[in-house]
Amino acid sequence: MSRHEHHHEHGHDHEMSHLSAEDIRVRALESLLVDKGYVDPAALDFLIETYETKIGPHNGAKVVARAWCDPKFKAWLLTDATAAIASMGFSGRGGEHMIVLENTPEVHNVVVCTLCSCYPWPVLGLPPVWYKSAPYRSRVVIDPRSVLAEFGCQLPEHVQIKVWDSNSELRYLVLPMRPEGTTGWSETELAAIVTRDAMIGTNIVSSPAMKTDASHE
Amino acid sequence: MNNVHDMGGMQGYGPIQIDDSSIVFHHDWERRAFALTVVTNTAGQWNIDRSRSIRESLPPLKYLSNTYYQIWLDALETQLLKTGMLSRDELESGQAKGPGLPGVKALDAHQLPAALNKGWPSQRPTTAPARFAIGQHVRTIQSNPRTHTRLPGYCRDKQGVITALHGMHVFPDKSAIGPDEPQWLYTVEFAAREIWGAETSASSVSLNCWEPYLLEVIDAGN
Repeated sequence: MSRHEHHHEHGHDHEMSHLSAEDIRVRALESLLVDKGYVDPAALDFLIETYETKIGPHNGAKVVARAWCDPKFKAWLLTDATAAIASMGFSGRGGEHMIVLENTPEVHNVVVCTLCSCYPWPVLGLPPVWYKSAPYRSRVVIDPRSVLAEFGCQLPEHVQIKVWDSNSELRYLVLPMRPEGTTGWSETELAAIVTRDAMIGTNIVSSPAMKTDASHE
Repeated sequence: MNNVHDMGGMQGYGPIQIDDSSIVFHHDWERRAFALTVVTNTAGQWNIDRSRSIRESLPPLKYLSNTYYQIWLDALETQLLKTGMLSRDELESGQAKGPGLPGVKALDAHQLPAALNKGWPSQRPTTAPARFAIGQHVRTIQSNPRTHTRLPGYCRDKQGVITALHGMHVFPDKSAIGPDEPQWLYTVEFAAREIWGAETSASSVSLNCWEPYLLEVIDAGN
């Protein structure tokens, strides 16, 4: 399908035919770029596999769990996040310059990119749709409390909410507070309860006993 | 440039559609569009700031109604045409009409893991002293450039405090349109009320500001 036809279709077709048009368009572009010698198809497969299976929030969860268990690592993380995170094997594209923001009983941090979708790929993977969406990008920077409420997170009124607009290549990871009721847990057990949203700052890590009560859906 | 991508503080976009699944891509074409974009970025014909600049130059209605990866795909096609990597005829027909540009090639699969792991750091060697220090009060410039900028509209002509220095980094406003001219990069914390007045539930908004975005505040006043 040509670009011309595509633009005529745009906006008034039903979802399935629209998406299949995109499929055709992307496959045509891919084969063209391969034919022109610009792209190695195996590189595309490698990238997709990497971001679908290897890199994701489970990486960030390990970082958080270690910070909860190891005060020296946490101190390193808060002073040189890039190096501390790289020491766990997470580095590179989208995480060249990392900063970790520590939540406390008084301060809650939340991250957005109002201009596009900047996100710490090596520790959180690729961003969820809502992070890239207009409703989130527009509102969290002016009214984070209502945004957090939509995520099922009600912070006490006295907690200050600091918003970080990720407008440069510096990327942020929120270090959530370790929940009550996890004394003696291993790093692996702790990592299992750390959520992506808590590491963006749109939620907190709930105490294990309260998990069902606090869950949003 | 001033366009709808710069949406911080806009009202009326409605509730957040929270997708809590761990699905990275929702359709196969999205994973191909993502991979094509990231891989072709390594061909050396453009940088991240040019990519962003092209994405945010889309007509507003198109930007708002397209999905995220449709925006990427549009921008990728535009860049391939602009750099001459593809002709319009090739893009429209889907048929290669000749060889690729000499010497232009994205990374091979065997080169990609190391390159991804290293990333594309934006920090550059320090060639000038920093003009501002931690704790200093600064004011962002008033500005409405017609080209790419990373100073959001909501945060122009506002007073804040320097909270961190990050060395010299690629300056997007310049690198989107010409040679790399690194500048000092700072984190500036703004009281949320300085930006939004009383109509905010944030206590502060922190933004990274390159030195040309910042003016000295002689009398910090309150």
